[in-house]
Amino acid sequence: MSRNETESQDVKVRRTVWRSVAALVGMFAFAFALVPLYDVFCRVTGINGKVDTTAQALVHDEVDESRMVTVQFITRNGSGLPWRMDVETRQVRVHPGQTSEVNFTFNNQSNAVSWGRAVPSVSPSTATRHVRKASCFCFEEQRLEAGERIEMPLVFQLARDLPSEVNTVTLVYTLYPVEGKQQSPLQAGVKTIEGDEA
Amino acid sequence: MAPKVPPQPTLEQSSTAVEAGHGHAHAAPPKGIMRWLLTTNHKEIGSLYLIFSLIMFFIGGIFALVVRAELFQPGLNLVNPEFFNQMTTMHGLIMVFAAVMPAFTGLANWMIPLQIGAPDMALPRLNNFSFWLLPVAFTLLLSTLFMPGGGPNFGWTFYAPLSTTYAPPSTTFFILALHIAGVSSILGAINIIATILNMRAPGMRMMDMPLFVWTWLITAFLLIAVMPVLAGVITMMLMDINFGTSFFNAAGGGDPVLFQHLFWFFGHPEVYIMILPAFGIVSAIIPAFARKRLFGYASMVYATSAIALLSFLVWGHHMFAVGMPLAGQLFFMYSTMLIAVPTGVKVFNWVTTLFRGSISFEPPMLFALAFVVLFTIGGFSGLMLAIAPADFQYHDTYFVVAHFHYVLVPGAVFSIMAGVYFWLPKWTGHYPHLRLSQWHFWLSVIGVNLTFFPMHFAGLAGMPRRIPDYALQFADFNLVSTVGAFMFGFSQLLFVAVVVLCVRGGKKAPAQAWGEYADDLEWTVPSPAPLHTFETPPTFQRPAH
Amino acid sequence: MRTLLVWLAGGLSLVGSSQAALASGWNMPVGVTDLSREIYTLHMAIFWICVVIGVIVFGVMFYSLIRYRHSKGAKAANFHENTTVEILWTAVPLLILIGMAVPATATLQKIYDPSDAELDVMITGQQWRWRYEYLGEDVAFNSNMSTPRAQIRGEEERGENYLLEVDEPLVLPINRKVRFLFTSDDVIHAWWVPDFAVKQDTIPGFITENWVNINEPGIYRGQCAELCGVDHGFMPIVVHAMEEDDFDTWLAERQEAAAEEALGVDREWEMDELMERGESVYGSICSSCHQPEGQGSPPAFPALAGNEEMLADIEWHKDTIINGVSGTAMPSFRTTLNPVELAAVITYTRNAWGNDTGDAVQPSEIAERLER
Repeated sequence: MSRNETESQDVKVRRTVWRSVAALVGMFAFAFALVPLYDVFCRVTGINGKVDTTAQALVHDEVDESRMVTVQFITRNGSGLPWRMDVETRQVRVHPGQTSEVNFTFNNQSNAVSWGRAVPSVSPSTATRHVRKASCFCFEEQRLEAGERIEMPLVFQLARDLPSEVNTVTLVYTLYPVEGKQQSPLQAGVKTIEGDEA
Repeated sequence: MAPKVPPQPTLEQSSTAVEAGHGHAHAAPPKGIMRWLLTTNHKEIGSLYLIFSLIMFFIGGIFALVVRAELFQPGLNLVNPEFFNQMTTMHGLIMVFAAVMPAFTGLANWMIPLQIGAPDMALPRLNNFSFWLLPVAFTLLLSTLFMPGGGPNFGWTFYAPLSTTYAPPSTTFFILALHIAGVSSILGAINIIATILNMRAPGMRMMDMPLFVWTWLITAFLLIAVMPVLAGVITMMLMDINFGTSFFNAAGGGDPVLFQHLFWFFGHPEVYIMILPAFGIVSAIIPAFARKRLFGYASMVYATSAIALLSFLVWGHHMFAVGMPLAGQLFFMYSTMLIAVPTGVKVFNWVTTLFRGSISFEPPMLFALAFVVLFTIGGFSGLMLAIAPADFQYHDTYFVVAHFHYVLVPGAVFSIMAGVYFWLPKWTGHYPHLRLSQWHFWLSVIGVNLTFFPMHFAGLAGMPRRIPDYALQFADFNLVSTVGAFMFGFSQLLFVAVVVLCVRGGKKAPAQAWGEYADDLEWTVPSPAPLHTFETPPTFQRPAH
Repeated sequence: MRTLLVWLAGGLSLVGSSQAALASGWNMPVGVTDLSREIYTLHMAIFWICVVIGVIVFGVMFYSLIRYRHSKGAKAANFHENTTVEILWTAVPLLILIGMAVPATATLQKIYDPSDAELDVMITGQQWRWRYEYLGEDVAFNSNMSTPRAQIRGEEERGENYLLEVDEPLVLPINRKVRFLFTSDDVIHAWWVPDFAVKQDTIPGFITENWVNINEPGIYRGQCAELCGVDHGFMPIVVHAMEEDDFDTWLAERQEAAAEEALGVDREWEMDELMERGESVYGSICSSCHQPEGQGSPPAFPALAGNEEMLADIEWHKDTIINGVSGTAMPSFRTTLNPVELAAVITYTRNAWGNDTGDAVQPSEIAERLER
């Protein structure tokens, strides 16, 4: 084999390797890019009941009085937050296009400050992107002083284009502590839990 | 039909070169263990891969037998559920990442340079490195079994949050081990692509390449595309566990289902990574023993490419039960069903190759034929699983276990064994012991069906997978499965015996060991293949049509 | 391969011969809902299509293997491509697949029917039990496996419904559409009852839904279908489907019992009563992780017997049980257990297995703490 041929082969191999490495780096980045992409995708399509947690503008077009839809509210407690969460009503009946307000109360039952976050989920998933929220406690983390009790409204609207077969929309809020804003969580009975110096 | 290659010039050149020991820049190779630690020779590295994967096949097999022994009868009889979960998880991880994948890489190392007429892999030192990462990775992985809290116990699919928030402390080491194994696979894939694209014998076009080379090229592209995604997903796990991020933790605004999307975006192509090279091996063996050219070479290449492309669009069929919207279910159902078309083309091609052939049943052929039948059965159950409404009943039951074991054991593993029997004469210069090989085959094929066929029934009748104990109506199926598993497991000792005997002696094999229809370039070099081959590239000649 | 054929033949004859064979547990159950029947029919149709294709393909293959044996002097033909045939065997399977996809799509559309239900049940997976809440009916309970550990260890004879029996089954009416809402407190579980053809993952922090309309009264059993940790195999589901009237009676009784239990909160409870109740709560809720004798199984599940931190600080103890511990397997029992049960189990764990603190926690105290 002549020296020229060898060199050209080395060059070709090197080119293939660099292209492969570029593809690798691209795919690794792609995996991380999938996280926000998935979020966007879920919000747009409503997959997985993942809800937009930013305020949306309510649309003031006509209320569709020919339809009534039941909206159910469920509150749940994740582990590790000494709060009680209540909703003033378990369900409301609304027309698509109508703006409604429902109050939720949060009550820190411990003797220390703590941070919590209510994570929303909607079912059925086809309804997700038709639930518009103008104001919601789920948009941000909440801070409650020891023993503090607050009331926060959820102002929402069902879009008029809510699929016609949907008659019941369920909103579930699960309350979780905000990691890193309280003392580190108790690790399998080894360390203390937040707000319990007593 | 004329043989593809005029073998004589090449043969003489390479063998005289070796015998005379000149014409190389090779320094005297180090002796003993250092020789193996430092080797950059594709044949030696190929052997290392194959030996490593055989050892891991036995370790993973022992884990499987622990699982089967526990399931022999109802009740918790041998191990506790914690250990049982570690065994199922480790069995899966070891078999996928340490047995099947390295075995195919080993075959690729040995055979791809020989089949394309290259003197070695394109990047020999990288080749050495990517092999030696594997023992490091899997020693680390196996050592987690002895750590406090035990090893990984969340299944080989390690769904979050069971594998993050609720995982044993050793999970960080599991992630590290998988990272190292992933790097090894990626480096191996780059090497294979660089070799195939740049080092083919003069005159060999892409469409002249043996199908094993073709299928491995496509597999290597799949590896480059999806191993980084696996690396990404385990990095996210690592961050969730150790650095307080919330990729998969609902409490922090993350989503456990995202894990499954990312995992299966890697996981489904991974399944094809473990089966495409098998297609290549079987496509070489069947024509050799049917004494007839492979039917539909071009359509085989296109079908393989189609399967590879489709594999990126079907991951959601592992997730029909998570609550996807209707449109998602339909998309993944249709795309999954579509894969049956190119897969069917392959099976039809093999059967048509047999049709009006002149067929003999040497050991490699026995395994290849069993592959065609049993892989097709796995394909049928796969088609059933693709039907989303029915999948609500099949999902996460023993029906799924039966399905993927049919595809992976008599599929991938049998094809590897077929390949080993096929190429042993080239590697050792001897034919494998015929009687022992036949015993090995028949015991394996009976054992494998006894093990996995009853699992279809157990799954349909309602037995979920990954449970250490089961309701009484599943007892008979499990008893038969366990008997079959021990039979299959212990038969593999025969395989070791055949290989050892073949290395040490046996009937001498000529260069073209399996007749004129096994006519790719590897059969033009002497048997056993000398350490250095094709130092001067052979001139490839297309067969006369 | 011969074995395979025997198995295939055996399997087929058993599957195909009679409905009795089907019921005997070799095949998917037909089930007791319209959808489960439809899915069963779909399953069988695809199965038979696969069998027919298999018979043809393997038929040609085995014919070739026998007919064209080298040992019988067969001479190989010399053909290796045929465009017509290749197009044909790409197109024909495609058509068969379309034929399969049509009914599958129709069934799937029926499954995704969000029309109104008469009853909503929220199903929560928790390591390792199910919790059922009848939304708007003030009835909720936990459902634990009731098979004794002694049977699992083989010290006792195993019962007919070994591993498939629970202390409190889910009770549902027949002929009414029941909507299920699924979620989880910890890891992903999957709620599966084969007779309903309903299998749905429960995902922490997220909610998914499914529904059922049962045709026949009866007792239907299932299991958790997604690996969820150590006791994944011991998390059965039992559904008791009743005539509609019986269901209404049952629901009223449950509501009454719940009201009665609520009354018990205000009275003073004796230590013995608390210990007795606490032992039963501990046995069904706590012992799967913290072990029957409170010995735990570290590092995941700490020991309770002699747990200094817990014994030194009763407020911490109450707080941990009511609110759970984030990032661990310890859930919040704020709503899962009522004040009586909470008080009882706290009292029990402070006094059992040599923990003799003598502390008795009153339900009223817990109720006050939950309300404040």
